[in-house]
Amino acid sequence: MPLIVEDIAKRFGDHVALDGVSLQARQGEFLALLGPSGSGKTTLLRVLAGLERPDRGAVSFGGEDLLAMDARARRIGMVFQHYALFRHMSVAQNIAFGLEVRPAKARPKPSEIRKRVERLLELVQLQGLGGRYPAQLSGGQRQRVALARALAIEPRMLLLDEPFGALDARVRRDLRAWLRQIHDETGLTTIFVTHDQEEAMDLADRVAILRDGRLEQVDTPERIYEAPASAFVFGFVGEGVQLPGEVTDGVLSVAGWRSPAPAGTPPGAVTVSFRTESADMLPATADGLAARILTLSRRGGSSRVTCEIGGQTFTLQAPKSLIAPGVEVRLAPHAVIIHPK
Amino acid sequence: MTLRSLTPGGAALILAALTALGLLVVLPLAMVFHEAFRQGLGAYLTALAEPDAWAALRLTLLVAAISVPLNAVFGLAAAWTIAKFEFPGRSLLVTLIDLPFSISPVVSGLVWVLLFGAHGWLGPLMQELGVQVIFNVTGVVLATVLVTLPFVARELIPLMEQQGTDEEIAAITLGAGPWTTFFRVTLPNVKWGLLYGVLLCNARAMGEFGAVSVVSGHIRGLTNTLPLHVEILYNEYDFVGAFAVATVLAGLALVTLALKSALEWRHAGELAAVRRH
Repeated sequence: MPLIVEDIAKRFGDHVALDGVSLQARQGEFLALLGPSGSGKTTLLRVLAGLERPDRGAVSFGGEDLLAMDARARRIGMVFQHYALFRHMSVAQNIAFGLEVRPAKARPKPSEIRKRVERLLELVQLQGLGGRYPAQLSGGQRQRVALARALAIEPRMLLLDEPFGALDARVRRDLRAWLRQIHDETGLTTIFVTHDQEEAMDLADRVAILRDGRLEQVDTPERIYEAPASAFVFGFVGEGVQLPGEVTDGVLSVAGWRSPAPAGTPPGAVTVSFRTESADMLPATADGLAARILTLSRRGGSSRVTCEIGGQTFTLQAPKSLIAPGVEVRLAPHAVIIHPK
Repeated sequence: MTLRSLTPGGAALILAALTALGLLVVLPLAMVFHEAFRQGLGAYLTALAEPDAWAALRLTLLVAAISVPLNAVFGLAAAWTIAKFEFPGRSLLVTLIDLPFSISPVVSGLVWVLLFGAHGWLGPLMQELGVQVIFNVTGVVLATVLVTLPFVARELIPLMEQQGTDEEIAAITLGAGPWTTFFRVTLPNVKWGLLYGVLLCNARAMGEFGAVSVVSGHIRGLTNTLPLHVEILYNEYDFVGAFAVATVLAGLALVTLALKSALEWRHAGELAAVRRH
């Protein structure tokens, strides 16, 4: 594990930004930090970059104590949400900056710097734009320059802080695939902060979910989706139904529906969750959760319906048959996930 | 934005503005030149050839040459501190920087007399050290520095606050040290604003009358700046002399103004680019 984060805590006045976060990343891993705004993900990234000093905890990279080094010595490439390009420098000068500010002994020759800038422009598909200024580029192009600039210093790790947050949806999707490709080519350990669950699940090898400065779960996107560690994680990473329920004597009762609880479930008040795409919609005579259809919109082979279950409204996919507004149906989930309250 | 055709109301407003400008700015300026040349070019040149006038011009340029760089460095440092860092007492510092704007220049001169004058707090000490501040070039410089202190800082603080610290942080993550970051990132980003502030500061440094008048002692050929010299000549009913020297002052101001306009024009383009950024 080259990156080991241990028990990092950080507070700003009364606000607790990070409350004991421990995390590890493998060499070359693409890790997403996902969470709502204010969950502490950007603070964690800034701690890794050396822009923020934690109140306690330790960070090591490849066995080296990162917290003992200041930001400029860490050689960690960073990409910011608002690009932070040097506005008075051309694209080529921006990319060359990290090489040109090196002490004379470590600085490559001007011809070598030029060559490297050319290679990076090619890598980020901006050949021929080296003479432009940031103000003359689109948002997507600027972010690619920012990435090239971060890669120019041959970083040991790459940190991206909501890099696509300021871009429109289409550009985001294109850049997403492209970023993953760059990551696979360079093999850099990459930590990526986002509040967009789709982006995180799409892109990352593993996703770390933060809430109020604490880690809720660190896992592969599949595991996060299928086996969420908490009701919060379930709700954050996809559509689904979440209802309060109760387990007594191995029987789960939720919104008037009783079914055997999964083996080993301790008794007590619980939150019951299931994904809407893994539930069958049956006629009102069948066994299942009682649901009443409110509205529906037909789209291709299936319909999206909003329905009311146990006093709450949910949106889900449904087959075309048997549904019309006002109809009572039963929902039979294939598998429910139960988290204690 | 397209230009709209002029309505009668609009035309009246523009006419009123031009009239006011003509009466209040152009006419007095023209009067200066008219009075200076009243007795012909010969008298004008004779008045300018006066050694005391030359001494006043030299002193004015010297004072500007000392106080403008001082305040440029101070303003840059103060704006950088205020705009890029959060610290207790920040708003107090902003208020202190504005203080010279809000107090009368006469008071700005008087404080030096109270401090360094023969009966001032530090007067006896200065006498012992053999340093004369009041009725001396030192005093003139001190008074000018105080009066012109806010110009550069005031120009740079909003600009630097608007630019934020993103680029500096990026520079640090790329391995740049604090001085490199300042000279290669922070300073180039504010260079036009800095030049504009320096020009305003310079205009005021050369034209300052009140504060300088209190500390200078009006010693001809020694502690007289151009504005003070104009007053002395005028009080002696040497109108041609007074207005001739005034044209030099006006000329310096006009050059400064022309430079300022040229910069403003370039600055506008840069600011637009920054906003697009």
